[in-house]
Amino acid sequence: MFRYTKFTALREVVFWIIAIAFLAPFYFLVATSFKSDQETLTTTALTPPSSIDFSNFIAVLTATGNSNVIMGLINSILITTGSILLLVLLGALTGYVIARSTRRWSRGVYYLFLIAIVLPTQLGTVPLYIGARTVGLTGSIWGMIVLYTGMLLPLSIFLYAGFFRGLGTEYEEAATIDGASRTQIFFRIVLPLMSPATGTVAILCGLIVWNDFFTSLIFLGGSANQTLPVAMYYYIGSLVSAWNKIFAIVIVSMIPILAFYLFAQKRFIQGFAGGLKG
Amino acid sequence: MTGTVESETELVVLPKKGGRRGPEVQQPRRPGLLKFGHWWWALPGIILVILIHYVATAVGGFFAFTDWSGIGDFAFVGLDNFVKIFQDPTKIGALGNTLFLAFASVVLSNIAGLAIALGLNRGLRSRYVLRVLFFMPVVLSPLAVSYIWKFIFDYNGPLNAVLSAVGLEELAKPWVADPTWAIWTVLIVIVWQNTGFAMVIYMAGLAAVPVEIEEAAAIDGANLWQRFWHVTLPSIRPAVAIATTLGIVNGLRVFDQIMALTAGGPAGATETLATQVYKQSFSLGNFGYGAALALLLTLIILAFALVQQRVTNGRPEES
Repeated sequence: MFRYTKFTALREVVFWIIAIAFLAPFYFLVATSFKSDQETLTTTALTPPSSIDFSNFIAVLTATGNSNVIMGLINSILITTGSILLLVLLGALTGYVIARSTRRWSRGVYYLFLIAIVLPTQLGTVPLYIGARTVGLTGSIWGMIVLYTGMLLPLSIFLYAGFFRGLGTEYEEAATIDGASRTQIFFRIVLPLMSPATGTVAILCGLIVWNDFFTSLIFLGGSANQTLPVAMYYYIGSLVSAWNKIFAIVIVSMIPILAFYLFAQKRFIQGFAGGLKG
Repeated sequence: MTGTVESETELVVLPKKGGRRGPEVQQPRRPGLLKFGHWWWALPGIILVILIHYVATAVGGFFAFTDWSGIGDFAFVGLDNFVKIFQDPTKIGALGNTLFLAFASVVLSNIAGLAIALGLNRGLRSRYVLRVLFFMPVVLSPLAVSYIWKFIFDYNGPLNAVLSAVGLEELAKPWVADPTWAIWTVLIVIVWQNTGFAMVIYMAGLAAVPVEIEEAAAIDGANLWQRFWHVTLPSIRPAVAIATTLGIVNGLRVFDQIMALTAGGPAGATETLATQVYKQSFSLGNFGYGAALALLLTLIILAFALVQQRVTNGRPEES
């Protein structure tokens, strides 16, 4: 019925043209980042750079002070990794209890997390900031890890609970008969079976933490520990329309996530499509 | 109250028709096996979420009725902050901008995403590569993406260069600095970034539509539009619900794009509630007033999430 016809071939060509137009902004990004200051001013945006020159990247990466890009990169990696580990551990434990518990309150707890997903962060930000300042968590990497874990835990629990409900109880029953304890069953049987869920949680939450600007601007603003988006924001604020330098730092900030995406694009797309549906 | 909770329960907890019901009837277990006694495993997660989401939000809601500046004493001022918000044209403007950006971006990115998903759904040999390409902007940080677009809209940028190349010089303008056009530049950036996300949700929805039904409709003489309107669209209703709910909730919080593109300017033309919350609370030190703005934003987001849930009968738990 739906065969590959001339019409399909035409559709294919049209979609490639749309895709190229859609991704045209990346051309300006890359082309401009290789231009010298002089060339940026004298040539139009459509002109390709006359030579491949990495001086903008070197300038951006070696800048110090409030705009230390390498420091931001390291902080972002530490914060994202730490948050993912905690989100997976706490999310799996809580999601498992919610999915398996026969107690009445487990449904109420589930709603507690469900509502927390849509609750916007802005209203809680001011009290959180004051609370974090009081206990000395502002401006520190540990503080950000705790904060992000708390903020994204409802999403992680929601995803895990959905996956656990889909997992039959046969393995656990068999292990119980074999005399395994709850803890052994969870860490040696259930959690390994949940690796697709763990992948989805890690990708969705990791992406949100890595790209977050609002929270880290507030909780790390003015401190020496800055994440990449905040370092980028301050650095670009100090440049005046030096688009070649601006784009060099934008590319630096994009490379890690883009590389990871192209490496694991199937999981990314499945995570978004399947994960958000539960 | 009880009624709401119960119908809400049915909406959310019932997974699929004929599937498992509620947690009580969920697992007909033999007694003795798999009794779950480790409820305290959930405790760290519950405490953290209650503290960071509920306690913080409640305290923030309390400050919305005070004049606190972030240090020292505060006085309880009742609804004064809200009266001030609704008497201030810039705050009304920010509210309008927030709603405009959320709705316009949802409509545009969902139409574009659905169109691409339908076009790529089947047949095309390179559909997987195209899917990866269209999804790429989604994974990038909104801040970084906004800087690229700021350059495109720059007075000496590619957009004006193209316009003058095709003889439309008089249309060239400093887009981001133009009070009329600045908000549209923000909108374009959001739509560009969200289209791939909508596309992926719709592709997942379309994958679940059996090809036989569409073929049957085609044999019965339904044209392309009729097939879409009467067969495909009803089948992907859950996908529509998810894509629009998430789009609106995120659209109402727009912050990064504004900070990078316009910083709220020119003359407040692109302020949103989120940027106003940030400026009032953290730049100007009006914590109480900022909290009142945040409370307004929270109520709007919760209202839309609820209405959306009702209208589309969306079941977020469906797998």
